[in-house]
Amino acid sequence: MSVAIRVIPCLDVDAGRVVKGVNFEGLRDAGDPVELARRYNLAGADELTFLDVTASSSDRETTYEVVRQTAEEVFIPLTVGGGVRAVEDVDRLLRNGADKASINTAAVSRPEVINEITERFGSQVLVLSLDARRTTDPAIASGFEVTTHGGRQGTGMCAVAWAKEAAERGVGEILLNSIDADGTKDGFDLEMIRAVRKEVSVPLIASGGAGRPEDFPPAIEAGADAVLAASIFHFGPTDMIARVKQQIREAGYPVR
Amino acid sequence: MAKKKVVVLDYGSGNVRSAVRALEAAGAEVELTADPEKVLAADGLVVPGVGAYASVMEQLTKLGALRWIGRRIAGGKPVLGICVGHQVFFDEGVEHGVKTAGIGEWPGTVERLQADVIPHMGWNTVRPPEKTKLFAGIENERFYFVHSYGVQKWEFDVTQPAMTPPQVTWSTHGTPFIAAVENGALSAVQFHPEKSGDAGKKLLSNWLDTL
Repeated sequence: MSVAIRVIPCLDVDAGRVVKGVNFEGLRDAGDPVELARRYNLAGADELTFLDVTASSSDRETTYEVVRQTAEEVFIPLTVGGGVRAVEDVDRLLRNGADKASINTAAVSRPEVINEITERFGSQVLVLSLDARRTTDPAIASGFEVTTHGGRQGTGMCAVAWAKEAAERGVGEILLNSIDADGTKDGFDLEMIRAVRKEVSVPLIASGGAGRPEDFPPAIEAGADAVLAASIFHFGPTDMIARVKQQIREAGYPVR
Repeated sequence: MAKKKVVVLDYGSGNVRSAVRALEAAGAEVELTADPEKVLAADGLVVPGVGAYASVMEQLTKLGALRWIGRRIAGGKPVLGICVGHQVFFDEGVEHGVKTAGIGEWPGTVERLQADVIPHMGWNTVRPPEKTKLFAGIENERFYFVHSYGVQKWEFDVTQPAMTPPQVTWSTHGTPFIAAVENGALSAVQFHPEKSGDAGKKLLSNWLDTL
């Protein structure tokens, strides 16, 4: 009897529309984030994450509208990431119905923003989104480097040290995304999960590499408290969340 | 039947929009306000709360809401606390070594949870007592928790004959902690019913039935 492993679908939203598409049977509008949120809620998602990939800040207003509408009718936790740079951005998201905000590049450029946000709203509102890749750079002892801009830019920072610092500064959770595993469907980067788990005590969400339901239990074994994925849910069968949970349950971990 | 009128106390505490919508979905007429007359007149008052214990107590005090809440409870008018809005009804909270006095309706100290992973974040099981009204008809369901602190000891003095012992619901994260208390007009839950899907909606509708 303990807290359930969370299964979290992630949707990329651009100017109020879901991009990369979703393949659900009987879906009226695959681009409508609110309809998808409703579907994933019914399918058993434990939380939802919207990643706002909107390029221009003038389109950002549509993101708030999407968050607002989703929060009107979907009563599970909602995290929104992308474009979060300051306390004011988090404030606006929360006011529009988000429960948590995730921060990535802005925290790498100015780590103090983590303290500012969590001192105002509490640790539970802030998720550190950490995109990491393997490196042979001898200066990075863990072998995992922090990247920004969707994995395109290296930072020379050690991912494990950064996770630890961010947790000390106040983030309530870490979303650990393996840039190398992302899109491969070969499974999670278990060594990366283990390396970060050893150093932080905040909940860890594993992301990147899930190709089939069997890929999930090893990530939990490695230390993840939650798992996040996109395409396996968007393009898999409609009952994929249930299948993933079944695998997790059979491996001996609690699910909802 | 006329809809029950519920006020969600508005004091700048995080995402309260979900609480409003979830109560509406459960069948209430809901207003988000800090107008004392409305707070006192409503069939039910919801006290939400996220963030630090000390800052929630400070905000409630500054607003004058402690007096309204006290008057409601004394008059038998239902109040429901959520998350930190649950914790403030105990004697005190200790965060980062700093003690803050709570409203003190119930004995107990809100302290850091003892677990490997903190915050306690996610869907957990609860153990309600037999006479529960809030969890009536809700079985084998999980509720969504987000917190690092909780009340781990229940020290209600049962020797006071005038007091009916409250109904206490427990959950466990590392160690057991209080997930809900039902005490006449005053109820409080450590988890977020407004984020707990259908189980949460059912709990809110159970609470509305008691108004």
